[in-house]
Amino acid sequence: MNTDATPDLVIQAKQLSRHFGELKAIDKLDLNIDKNRIYGFLGPNGCGKTTAIRMLTGLLKPTSGEIQVLGLSLPKDAEKLRLRMGYMTQKFSLYNDLTVKENLQFIAKIYGISGTAQKSRIDELLSIYGLNQKQQQLAASMSGGQRQRLALAAATLHKPDLLFLDEPTSAVDPENRREFWEQLFDLCDQGTSILVSTHYMDEAERCHKLAILEDGVKRADGTPEQLMNNIAAHVVEIEAEGLRHLKQQLVTLPDVVTAAQLGARLRVLIKNTVSDPIDFLVHHTDIKPNKFSIVRPSLEDVFITCTGSSRQ
Amino acid sequence: MIKSIYRIQAIFFKELMQLKRDKMTFAMVIMIPLVQLILFGYAINTNVRHIPVAVVDLSQSALSRVLVQTVAATQVVTFSEQFYDIESAHASLEQAKIRAVLIIPQDVSQRIARHASVGFGLPASSDEETSRPIAQWLVDGSDTMIAGAIKGLRSMPLAELLSKPSNRTTPTFEVTLLYNPEQRTAVNIVPGLVGIILTMTMIMFTSAAIVREREHGNMEMLITTPIRPIELMLGKIIPYIFIGLLQVSIILGLGYMLFSVPINGGLWALFCITLLFIAASLTLGLVISTIATNQLQSMQMTIFVLLPSILLSGFMFPYEGMPLIAQYIAEALPATHFMRLVRGVILRDVGFTDMLPDVYWLSLFTIAGLAIASLRFKKNLD
Repeated sequence: MNTDATPDLVIQAKQLSRHFGELKAIDKLDLNIDKNRIYGFLGPNGCGKTTAIRMLTGLLKPTSGEIQVLGLSLPKDAEKLRLRMGYMTQKFSLYNDLTVKENLQFIAKIYGISGTAQKSRIDELLSIYGLNQKQQQLAASMSGGQRQRLALAAATLHKPDLLFLDEPTSAVDPENRREFWEQLFDLCDQGTSILVSTHYMDEAERCHKLAILEDGVKRADGTPEQLMNNIAAHVVEIEAEGLRHLKQQLVTLPDVVTAAQLGARLRVLIKNTVSDPIDFLVHHTDIKPNKFSIVRPSLEDVFITCTGSSRQ
Repeated sequence: MIKSIYRIQAIFFKELMQLKRDKMTFAMVIMIPLVQLILFGYAINTNVRHIPVAVVDLSQSALSRVLVQTVAATQVVTFSEQFYDIESAHASLEQAKIRAVLIIPQDVSQRIARHASVGFGLPASSDEETSRPIAQWLVDGSDTMIAGAIKGLRSMPLAELLSKPSNRTTPTFEVTLLYNPEQRTAVNIVPGLVGIILTMTMIMFTSAAIVREREHGNMEMLITTPIRPIELMLGKIIPYIFIGLLQVSIILGLGYMLFSVPINGGLWALFCITLLFIAASLTLGLVISTIATNQLQSMQMTIFVLLPSILLSGFMFPYEGMPLIAQYIAEALPATHFMRLVRGVILRDVGFTDMLPDVYWLSLFTIAGLAIASLRFKKNLD
């Protein structure tokens, strides 16, 4: 049944679609996700990230398409997959009225981990995620960062091969986010494959590979470097006076993807059908050429270029 | 199999822990049976007494005053007002200050003198002079229970009125009241209350407990774990079985202490039928939980079942007195069957074979409910 499943791929999806009535939440998505890597779904809210993850975890049946996860074909083998995967939902889904330790004990029992194995695994997780001091505290009374660490501890308690994280850091401050990503790399180092969805550029940039989703369609995928190198636009920064006015003027040009002000500079994305962007800008504005500089594209530029079509 | 039991146990202890933290719910587990038993045990009374009534005495004689006293002595009515004309009495009746008016006509003495009970023997039915009643009741007939109580006074004996020794009257039938010879309402109400309170708490707790998991987002996590729907349901149900038994003990224990409601049947039989009814109610709660999407909906559906359980099950009104269609509806309710069983065991010590039809029905209901709930409970988000 899985003749074409490559051993190095943990997730394979072909022409995966899910429709909710008229709405195509996911449309003909192809995915090949490598083992032992962190793969990211980057996209705005409502782009179908959660729907995609729910289909890949077997929670939603696809309208059409094929899914192979860890060599199991979904949704048929969803039950077998459950023992080998962990899922951290977007919303905190452990029990607010149980303590940290009780929550972990509950999850351990559900996965059939008992006795000393349970105790040592919970102690291990409490120290990895810095929850030792908080173990008697009710989950409801913890901060966003602590709750998210608890959720990660619960999702990895049974040492899954594959971990799904749905916008794990949306309620977390930057400090905790950094730490959280360090923990993800630790898990990855120990052999866990991770799929994470996010709408933060800096998080997406940390992934080994990522897919940019918009309106249920994959706009681009690859490593962050590949995506930035293959961007279909030139990025030019202008340092001049009257930027607000200049911006209004530039965005009306069909070859300009967007223009965004960054302090005293205006960052302009110009389609790469234009061969010489500086010349193009000099031609369309009355600013001297020395005020322009071509800069390295960021992931945000990639994101805007890929997803811009629907905004115009 | 062992893993399965382990998972059920995990849900069970989690549920207990949450219940322990939820002080309000925990308090209601005790307070609902406690307060309602005391309230209903004292309040519900089908023997209507002390109905407030008025008297319009048009004769103003010694005899009429004795007549009023004789009527008051029955304790069915209490004369709270007195009027001198019928119009003002009627107005008072309209304002619902009183429920009935006793109108004593001017010629009450003559009427009594000619009355059969005075000793002239029974009048010929054609003799309009002697077959006249001695006074008249004007009754607010909207409440059939009160009207019935006053109608009961129609042929009250008048011997006392004339300070004659009361004649030995021979009733047409002799009536022997079994199982509740003192005719105390509590004897009938308390066992029935077990059924009503269990219907309410068991259906509500289970339906809310599962819907809550969905509302709080816990279900999305639970369904990604290896737990099976039936394990989740059993784990959720079992704590409430103990709660149900605790509530039954409170009701019957207090019923015995406060209202002297005897438990004539065997405790084992009582335990078994109660367990069966709890199981039936819990599975009904489970079915509701697979339909409702939030706790308000589950509450509304609980009430949808609870009201007919109170009114049609025979708890308040005799089952036999209802129209046929209502009886069919009542048959579908677990409370109706439990009402028969529990009154049978507690009051009449009924034999096992006589309980079988109701036992079968409750068992069937439980199995069907569990099957429907398991089928409807999906382990995905479609």
